[in-house]
Amino acid sequence: MINKLLSSAIDALADIPDGAVVAVGGFGGAGMPDDLIQALIAQGASDLTLVSNNAGQGDTGLAALLKAGRVRRILCSYPRMAGSHVFETLYRAGKIELEIVPQGNLAERLRAAGCGIGGFYTPTGFGTLLAKGKETRNIEGRNYVLEYPIHVDYALINAEEGDRWGNLAYRKTARNFSPIMAMASRNTIASVGRVVELGELDPERIITPGIFVKHIVQRTEVAPAQQQVG
Amino acid sequence: MSDMDKDTRNAMAARVARDIPEGAYVNLGIGLPTLVANHLPPEKDIFLHSENGVLGRWVAAPAGEEDWDMINAGKEPILPLPGVAFFHHADSFGMMRGGHLDICVLGAFQVAANGDLANWHTGARDAIPAVGGAMDLAIGAKRIFVMMDHLNKDGQSKFLSSCTYPLTGLGCVSRVYTDLATLELTDRGVLVLELVGDTTAEQLQALTPVPLDFSAVACALAAES
Repeated sequence: MINKLLSSAIDALADIPDGAVVAVGGFGGAGMPDDLIQALIAQGASDLTLVSNNAGQGDTGLAALLKAGRVRRILCSYPRMAGSHVFETLYRAGKIELEIVPQGNLAERLRAAGCGIGGFYTPTGFGTLLAKGKETRNIEGRNYVLEYPIHVDYALINAEEGDRWGNLAYRKTARNFSPIMAMASRNTIASVGRVVELGELDPERIITPGIFVKHIVQRTEVAPAQQQVG
Repeated sequence: MSDMDKDTRNAMAARVARDIPEGAYVNLGIGLPTLVANHLPPEKDIFLHSENGVLGRWVAAPAGEEDWDMINAGKEPILPLPGVAFFHHADSFGMMRGGHLDICVLGAFQVAANGDLANWHTGARDAIPAVGGAMDLAIGAKRIFVMMDHLNKDGQSKFLSSCTYPLTGLGCVSRVYTDLATLELTDRGVLVLELVGDTTAEQLQALTPVPLDFSAVACALAAES
């Protein structure tokens, strides 16, 4: 019998090595797996490359991971927002590398990794600073920039419901990056609000089939997520 | 300039809303463009797209009813109205990049007469870069509308012959709504579609370092008189 449910987030993240590429789902606070981030901090892996849309707010969640000095490099679209002081301090001190990726490129580069695509031409960013030095091509009269996939070692995501085969359903806009990060990652760990029996999830509702998921854990509430607009 | 009759932010938003046809799929950028939603007539089916993964219609969530899993691209809690659909980020940006959106309304630091847009970076050396979806939005709709003040804080035109700030997208803007005028960027030049309030053609041209074509407003004035 295959049972992807583990009893604790610490067990689920146990084998993450130093230097791993870790993707963390969420857009702002929506879909942010706070319990898994807390477990990652406790687990101790360092020298990480972090892939996430933002770079943390306040002093908890991603900001706490950054503050603990575990992240060497970050790929994100929007690191500067209300309450992103931890990132800003590290960045200005030269203690973290930043690769700014347009949000749609971040999504598509993850999707490409998950789908076995070696690269793709996109119009986003053509002629701008963010396309500097990148290969370009004119296809049928439109200019495109070559972008490469982002392969992920571990994805930490949040879902609303999950079963022991790893099938996942999401809630509202908390879905955001989670399905594509799950696809892009060799190991996906999902923290789920409710663990359900096999068959309980209507197959039509499953957004992430279990093939993309290694472990699920029952979500535990950590310090209330800081919600800030910005 | 204080004697000129400038549009307020809400009046600008109402002008943009008036020009969005029923059935259009529209992304409203963060900041000034979000005000446009308040001016869309509820009886018209105009579909909003928010790049974090929601399509349809919504209003700001009433105080006390915030659901932090239900937010817009500005990370503000919203209350969805019947007919909304959710999707993940790759599908969301596919809607943009794939040309499925009709109109994108964006704020800007600068716009050039050739349609170049600068709205993500002022070029300041100590600034922390943050692009979000700006570059995807800039190329992500059949028509890109910009809403901005005509002049910056120093009284200089934000509409220029070429942008001095780093670009977000090349040749992507089709129309600019400012607090003084509406400008349509065409292959033959910049056509003034509307002068706000008492703004005259002479005043607008004097403030704007790009030749403006006033033939459309001249026709409108002739038709009114």
